[in-house]
Amino acid sequence: MEQIYVDNNATTQITPEVLDEMMPFLKGLYANPSSMYRFAGQVSKRLREARRKVADLLGATSEEIIFTSCGSESDNTAIRAAIQAYPNKRHIVTTRVEHPAIKNLFEHLSKEGWRVTMVPVDNNGRLDVDFLVRSLTPDTAVVSIMWANNETGVVFPIDEISQIVKARGIVFHTDAVQAVGKIAIDLRRIPADMLSFSGHKLHAPKGIGVLYVRRGTRFTPFLIGGHQESGRRAGTENVASIIGLGKACELAKIHLEEENARVRQLRDRLERGLLEKIPGAKVNGERENRLPNTTNISFEGVEGEAILLMMDQWGIYASSGSACTSGSLQPSHVLRAMGVPFTLAHGSIRFSLSRYNTDRDIGYILEKLPPIIEDLRELSPFWKTCDSTQPGAITQTF
Amino acid sequence: MWDYTEKVKEHFLNPRNAGVIKDADGIGEFGSPACGDALTLYLKIDENKRIVDAKFQTFGCASAIASSSALTEMIKGLTVSEAEKITNDDIVHFLGGLPRQKMHCSVMGREALEKAIADYRGEASKKIEGTLVCECFGVTDREIERAIRENNLSTIEDVTNYTKAGGGCEKCHEKIQEILDSINGKQAPLHAKKTAKMTNIQKIKMIEDIMGQEIKPSLRQDGGDVELVDIVGKKVLVRLKGTCATCLASHVTLKDYVEKKLREAIAPDLIVEET
Repeated sequence: MEQIYVDNNATTQITPEVLDEMMPFLKGLYANPSSMYRFAGQVSKRLREARRKVADLLGATSEEIIFTSCGSESDNTAIRAAIQAYPNKRHIVTTRVEHPAIKNLFEHLSKEGWRVTMVPVDNNGRLDVDFLVRSLTPDTAVVSIMWANNETGVVFPIDEISQIVKARGIVFHTDAVQAVGKIAIDLRRIPADMLSFSGHKLHAPKGIGVLYVRRGTRFTPFLIGGHQESGRRAGTENVASIIGLGKACELAKIHLEEENARVRQLRDRLERGLLEKIPGAKVNGERENRLPNTTNISFEGVEGEAILLMMDQWGIYASSGSACTSGSLQPSHVLRAMGVPFTLAHGSIRFSLSRYNTDRDIGYILEKLPPIIEDLRELSPFWKTCDSTQPGAITQTF
Repeated sequence: MWDYTEKVKEHFLNPRNAGVIKDADGIGEFGSPACGDALTLYLKIDENKRIVDAKFQTFGCASAIASSSALTEMIKGLTVSEAEKITNDDIVHFLGGLPRQKMHCSVMGREALEKAIADYRGEASKKIEGTLVCECFGVTDREIERAIRENNLSTIEDVTNYTKAGGGCEKCHEKIQEILDSINGKQAPLHAKKTAKMTNIQKIKMIEDIMGQEIKPSLRQDGGDVELVDIVGKKVLVRLKGTCATCLASHVTLKDYVEKKLREAIAPDLIVEET
């Protein structure tokens, strides 16, 4: 069976070259990089190289890179460090559309006594920057705004926002998990204090994350223990994964142009094709400032989980903002924050591509998905225009 | 990924009886697209009150579609009074189980069936009763109470899984807990007091309700059945049928299950005996 993986905002495949670079460190080169012999020296040398490659992708220096276990750990570390640095400030700011790693952390801090502002977005998922500016006070300890949204791909104006926040002397953190490797990021131009990202979203393995901390930023570690990462994050280094991430960042830099050209074309072809072939389909989120690989489309009258499981029958792998897929009963908080009607939110599908997708993949999806939506609409009491045309269509499909 | 049974997957991919009956004798609707699932059930009922055809239209996830499909298969050929004894648990068992978080799909099937039968009998408007507890999903106290009793629920999470109540803003959690407490904590003595004043006919009615809703469906899973014969004072006389009649462990079923259930619901000193 075909396997069309278009869920790259969830996770990505490990690039073969990345795995090749990692393997020696899972076999013979197992020394602890902190040890004092040449066997360990080879390892620590390669770690330094990897750190430099990661820094290069961000326009940072090696000393500003801290390796963590995942994006969530980076986010938690950054926010905790910022609020500990300014213990008298009791106000923190984020958006209503953050990934749970930030959203749930802020809700947790709200219970611990911090005053939390969650900046809204408009119907197209654009951040209300004026609202953000008005919310800032001398009591604000940290502002954390995601660079790009994982569900819609909408990219926030981090350049403008970070300037505004820094001009007021407030710590600025960005969760850039979906942005790094997909769009150009240059921290020499953008005055963010901290930035988080995760390896497995850019073809490195799971279990490795990065926290960038700008030189001079007040910082206290989250994980206390050994002296690793210059005393900023304890725990023996995840050597193989760090090496893999270094390679993945190097490759991401090389492929950045391709991502923004070829992958964008594939995404646009998929989006255009689906909107043409399927009546009652609508893109969620603005289409201009968006990640090149992501599209989020709602199909009126049908439910997302049913679409996903039908696509699964054909080997097409994507995601949905429907309630049913998450185990909660409410649809995606991102789509709700955008004011997408519940009925449409339940029928939303996110396609997120990578450089491994081909034109053939898109053709395959464009062939298989329209009849799936049609069949599910046959079943649905909320789709009246296409009833009675083809009774029993569902059973014939499979 | 949900752990759906093969039967759920099969009914989802090949739904039986999807569609509309234009001249239906009873139509039942439950749920709404905003809530994420909705079912419209159509019944064709003949002069002998037998369901000769059933069709459905469902907006929802795989388990909602499979529950609807299963329900239509289960009720076709039954009389209306047989069909109305079907519980959400029967639907779950027909499908070989549902993930805990998806139990509300089976409840949706049962609710739509009840509405369709009420519509057939011309008593559709009578159904609106109880006070609203969960505003997010429009669930009343009666619906929550019923789900708790029929499925022996003990936590708020359970109630949410079965009825969706409490799955949104969570403001009603306190109220749901009160309902849980009132049923699980204080129910036995309350009913015990009631039985003292009950007439035999009231008692019979109540026992039959519990047997129909809880005991019979459970025994039927194993091919058995039970029938109420008589009530003599505190003694409830029953006849075991099907596989239960020949089962060597039938006295265990009788004492540890049937008697326990009836004691919980009616009176702690009640005795169940086989005739």
